[in-house]
Amino acid sequence: MEALLSQLPIGLSIAAVLMLVALGLTFTFGQMGVINMAHGEFMMAGAYTAYVLQDWTGREAVLAALPVAFAVAGAMGLVLERAAVRRFYGRPLDTLLLTWGVSLVLQQLARDIFGAPNVQVRAPGWLDGGVRMFGSQLPYTRLFIIVLAAVSALAIWAYQNRTRQGRRMRSVMQNRQLAACSGIDTGRVDQLTFFIGSGLAGVAGVALTLIGPIGPNLGTYYIVDAFLVVVAGGLGRLRGAVIAALALGLLDSYAEFWTDASLAKVIGFAAIVVFLQARPQGLFVLRSRALT
Amino acid sequence: MTARMRGPALFTAVALLVLVVAPAVLDPFRLGLLAKYLCFAIAALGIGLAWGQGGMLTLGQGVFFGLGGYSMAMYLKLHDAGPGNLPDFMVWSGVERLPLLWKPFTSPVFAIAAAVVVPAAAAALLGLLVFRQRVRGAYFAILSQALAAAFTIWLVGQQGLTGGTNGLTHFYDVFGRDPETDGAKRIFYFVVAVVLGALYLLARQLMKSRFGRLLVAVRDGEDRVRFLGYNPATVKTVAFAVSAAMAGIAGALYVPVVGIISPSLLGVVPSIELVVAVAIGGRFSLAGAALGGVLLNWAHTTFSEQYPSGWVYLQGLMFILVIMVAPGGVAGAARWAAEAIGRRRTGRGPSSVPEPAGPTHGQKEVAAP
Repeated sequence: MEALLSQLPIGLSIAAVLMLVALGLTFTFGQMGVINMAHGEFMMAGAYTAYVLQDWTGREAVLAALPVAFAVAGAMGLVLERAAVRRFYGRPLDTLLLTWGVSLVLQQLARDIFGAPNVQVRAPGWLDGGVRMFGSQLPYTRLFIIVLAAVSALAIWAYQNRTRQGRRMRSVMQNRQLAACSGIDTGRVDQLTFFIGSGLAGVAGVALTLIGPIGPNLGTYYIVDAFLVVVAGGLGRLRGAVIAALALGLLDSYAEFWTDASLAKVIGFAAIVVFLQARPQGLFVLRSRALT
Repeated sequence: MTARMRGPALFTAVALLVLVVAPAVLDPFRLGLLAKYLCFAIAALGIGLAWGQGGMLTLGQGVFFGLGGYSMAMYLKLHDAGPGNLPDFMVWSGVERLPLLWKPFTSPVFAIAAAVVVPAAAAALLGLLVFRQRVRGAYFAILSQALAAAFTIWLVGQQGLTGGTNGLTHFYDVFGRDPETDGAKRIFYFVVAVVLGALYLLARQLMKSRFGRLLVAVRDGEDRVRFLGYNPATVKTVAFAVSAAMAGIAGALYVPVVGIISPSLLGVVPSIELVVAVAIGGRFSLAGAALGGVLLNWAHTTFSEQYPSGWVYLQGLMFILVIMVAPGGVAGAARWAAEAIGRRRTGRGPSSVPEPAGPTHGQKEVAAP
């Protein structure tokens, strides 16, 4: 029992990272059906934003970088949407390949600008140390990430349910044509959605600097799991993404605890495939009468 | 030349080029490289079948390539070690008894059969599980990619069983020949080329059959096929299993040709690179897919030696361009050019052979769950 509980904080912090990465994806993939393989590279851009800001802000880089990274990654997403993705709505597989090409180029750009070796962003002084929970140490940096993930999820929920723009976004997601008929500028909504989704990737990237060194390949380590979270959670379902991230994060940490790291990934994958047997469209399904 | 004759004539010309001209012109080293590209062409052919014809974007084809490759490599390792001995890497990792998984691979017949059957079975299992539940399009692409990620992480983690990051390498005796000799390289080349040709003809025949028509129909309108009384899941599973078997064969041939199989050859990135090759070659044409496999890997080897960073930009940009401007790839462009010339010569309207419709319908269904 002791061992079971001691694994909980680790699982929670893995889940929080997954959730942060997946939140942005639920916007772009879930709401618009666009598989953005460059999402991981937007995270990388956010992480490097913190690295660059470090020169001015010193150890407070992480806090200062949160809004800046949101803007930087969001702007990159906006450019991608305007320049390319918008031509491919309704063709998600082509978008997937296209954005993978973009991610390749972005990774190499980072390698050429910042160098191939990993770099370190120093965490703020007030995040030194940690708290003891269930017999294992939870560093304050991890706690910060958990709080950040929770705040981000809440903010998105409020945005979607409490603002006019958020409602427009949901209506476009549920029925694009009907939304357009009702006078909603779906093109603008798409842009905004992409901006926010990509911006969230930037925030996730900043959070990742608290976990370890960052490098040009940063995004590739998280993107596959994050996509799985969105698939398991159900397209465009915020609740689904949150629960799926928690489940996958906890499963990952416990599977690793009982077997080993290499088997944990296989178990996680198998669990998702089995889960999809019961709920092929994910945890929460958006009911629709539209025939595909 | 009539349109009916053009296909067989082209095939014969390419076969002559590959089987007669290339071995006469190229030195053994280059021939070995070409054999490697042809291995990728076999895997690309499989992707052409699953993705181009069937609309299943598989981003985990490296897994099946790996299953085939490891099957072959396990046999070669055991053969090199001799009966009763352990392969060298197991000794280094402190393994004392041959793992159960390895035991049947002392038999070459079993190993070769496994290189085809195991990938096909794995794909059939995954296919049945996901296609029956109507998991498709982007969901399927993501699942197949996650499979590739999980598979490589597992391979790396099982040092004593799979050789870990280093994979399996150093083969000294491949079916009675030293793989480093020029003679052996030449033989491997011919084997790979003939297998590629045979599999191409097989895939073509498959696409001409009733099954092939069903597969294209499933790509373009899965629900309509279901309403007509067919089961799209079965059609897709079979096509996916065949494509996995091709990847497995490609992997099994790759091992003697290149002399190594390792997780870095089958992960997320190599798997998606195979898809890129197919996209550039032309996903709607089986020949285009195979051609893409050769072209992209040739370009990769040639350019990345001299300009490693330039190559990444080139690959990325080339890919973006193909997707945006010419979704039909090289094969699509060639067909378009041939038809334009044909029109000018005869002064007729558009050719009577319709362009193969892109799988836009099939993919559209993903956007609206």
